[in-house]
Amino acid sequence: MIPTKDEFYQALAQRHGADLQKKFSQASVAVCGLGGLGSHIAILLARAGIGRLYLLDFDRVDLSNLNRQQYFVDQIGMYKTDALSQIIHRIAPYCEIHTETVKLTEKNIPELLKQESVICEAFDDPKEKAMLVNTILTQFPEKYLVCASGMAGISSANTIRTRKIMPHFYLCGDQTSELTDGEGLFASRVAVCAAHQAHVILRIIAGLQDV
Amino acid sequence: MLKINGKECDYAGKTISEILELEHYEKLKVAVECNQEIIPKAQYDFVHVQDKDQLEIVSFVGGG
Repeated sequence: MIPTKDEFYQALAQRHGADLQKKFSQASVAVCGLGGLGSHIAILLARAGIGRLYLLDFDRVDLSNLNRQQYFVDQIGMYKTDALSQIIHRIAPYCEIHTETVKLTEKNIPELLKQESVICEAFDDPKEKAMLVNTILTQFPEKYLVCASGMAGISSANTIRTRKIMPHFYLCGDQTSELTDGEGLFASRVAVCAAHQAHVILRIIAGLQDV
Repeated sequence: MLKINGKECDYAGKTISEILELEHYEKLKVAVECNQEIIPKAQYDFVHVQDKDQLEIVSFVGGG
């Protein structure tokens, strides 16, 4: 038996406080990229009771993703948007999920993201990261943007942190650990960075905008 | 003196493009803000930084 929407809400309000839960349930977050960062971030936000998630990715689940992304073996080959929607539906059945299976570009970002007030960058390619950040900050400076850079390798997790670069622009990561042949991505360290991103998003929604 | 990522630099009068080259940044992997305002990439060749400017160059590395 799946609990009712109200039972879910009450259970969360008991843990987070009624005021915060109201804010979370009315909030919407766009997650751009559903890999090691994005799959964790979306699940963390869904568990917190965020009312609506907008999930964007063009890619399909691959065996090589399973070392750090939240997908299941039986989802290999599925679009990540569909696979992650399935997972979140099992965790938070009343979370409203919208998906867009598309590669984000300078051209389509304004149309796809114009309605969003909180945007999370969770790509892996540094040029794509910079493209999204520059496009949002120049065209929509009023939106909140939470990005990540530097979480590869097996260095200490303590170097991963959140910085507020501009009033609406936050950056998580150690800013230096790059994905290279010798420095792979570890689920634990990527998840630390994803948790930083999800947490700063919850704080923004809560009205706590300092880091 | 102007500051880049909190560090004092002697680059007054130079363009953003010149600074990125001098500091070995890749143009396609950065976002640059000056005094809390983002500088559009199309203006990197034309914006000259001034004394007392506070510049932040965010350089993105791969992984996610």
